[in-house]
Amino acid sequence: MLHRSGPEARAEDLLARAGRGDKDAFAGVFDIFSPVVMGLACRILRDPAQAEEVTQDVMIEIWRTADRYVPERGSAKAWVLTLAHRRAVDRVRAAQAGMEREQRARTLLPEGAFDVVAEVVEHHDEQRRVYRCLASLSRSQRVPLVLAYYQGLTYLEVAHALSAPVGTVKSRMRAALRQLRACMEAGR
Amino acid sequence: MTAEDDPHEAIAAYVLNALPPAEEAAFENHLAGCSTCTEEITAFREVVAELAAAQSAPVPQHIRTTTLKAITHIHQESAPRPPRTAGRRRPALVLAASITAAALLAGTTAWQYTEAEHARTQAAQARGSSQALTDLLVAPDVTVHTAKLTDGARAAVTVSRGQGKAVFAAQGLPAPDEGKTYELWYAFTTGDLHPAGLVSGDARHAPHLLKGPLNKAVAVGITLEPASGSKQPTSKPLGIIPITL
Repeated sequence: MLHRSGPEARAEDLLARAGRGDKDAFAGVFDIFSPVVMGLACRILRDPAQAEEVTQDVMIEIWRTADRYVPERGSAKAWVLTLAHRRAVDRVRAAQAGMEREQRARTLLPEGAFDVVAEVVEHHDEQRRVYRCLASLSRSQRVPLVLAYYQGLTYLEVAHALSAPVGTVKSRMRAALRQLRACMEAGR
Repeated sequence: MTAEDDPHEAIAAYVLNALPPAEEAAFENHLAGCSTCTEEITAFREVVAELAAAQSAPVPQHIRTTTLKAITHIHQESAPRPPRTAGRRRPALVLAASITAAALLAGTTAWQYTEAEHARTQAAQARGSSQALTDLLVAPDVTVHTAKLTDGARAAVTVSRGQGKAVFAAQGLPAPDEGKTYELWYAFTTGDLHPAGLVSGDARHAPHLLKGPLNKAVAVGITLEPASGSKQPTSKPLGIIPITL
């Protein structure tokens, strides 16, 4: 995971420089990451105006805390998106009650609208790999993962929405991420 | 141990930000002593980042302009060394942070010594209060552990493993808001947090014998809670005092 090269190394370098107060480097960080932050925020919040606010908050937070980024602990992308996901999830939880999110999850489930795989029309190789790996998961693993990550449900809410035991949901999430990890590493 | 008791089962839910607050705090507590967890979390964060990165959306130009303008007025934090886990925005009831703090304290500081004496004196002066408290403070195996709390207060926990008891004392603890009280917690490497008694605003300057058995607790935490106390912390800890050597 170390010795990253090409665009990843460039992103890390820019983030490190931004952490030392380099505003031009931060502009580079903004250009690389803000579209994925915005994409994630849109997906979780389903409201472009709120997603824009979250994107701006996240990018400012990145500027403020960039000095904490440690390349040895993971890629710049993972660092940025960990922060972004947290912010988006906090926002959606504050804006919508858990019942409401669960309800939406439940009504959308039968049509398989959460099977992100089905939403894919055309993507570049990187994205295809992610979706191919998601598709390789069993539905019972994929659905809890997707509900938590893209809907901001807690595992308890996921369990409730799926009428599944809470312990089972937790274990399935872990099994899903393990399989996803194996699939993505194999595809590199 | 069933799968549901195994704290490692929570790793994925943690990375997905899918743990309820109390469980998240408990898990972060477990995390501090778990190097295999850290490794798996790092790997999972990379995987999950790919899920996010698989979809992007255009950012309006005015957001870029506003953000780049805003940062010229925003002060940057310099990283604490060693830094915390990437991307986490708060310490929660995290032993990682506390262990770091303990490492930085590097053993017995002058303050720690003074505070220990202070705690002993204070306790000894609290005549008529619990005999157990006095017994503890004079126990042969007594150890004193100190930490700064987030509000600038200082705390000391005096522990006797032999007696299975601990005393908490703090200096400079502000009065809690109306309807709130301080609550103490025992933290275990399993990630469990056990309530260890309340410290009311009036009694915040007095030493407190922690409630419940010490068992193998590795740290003592303090949070602000509703006046009746809570079964699990509902707010960010004001501090963590590691009580292992």
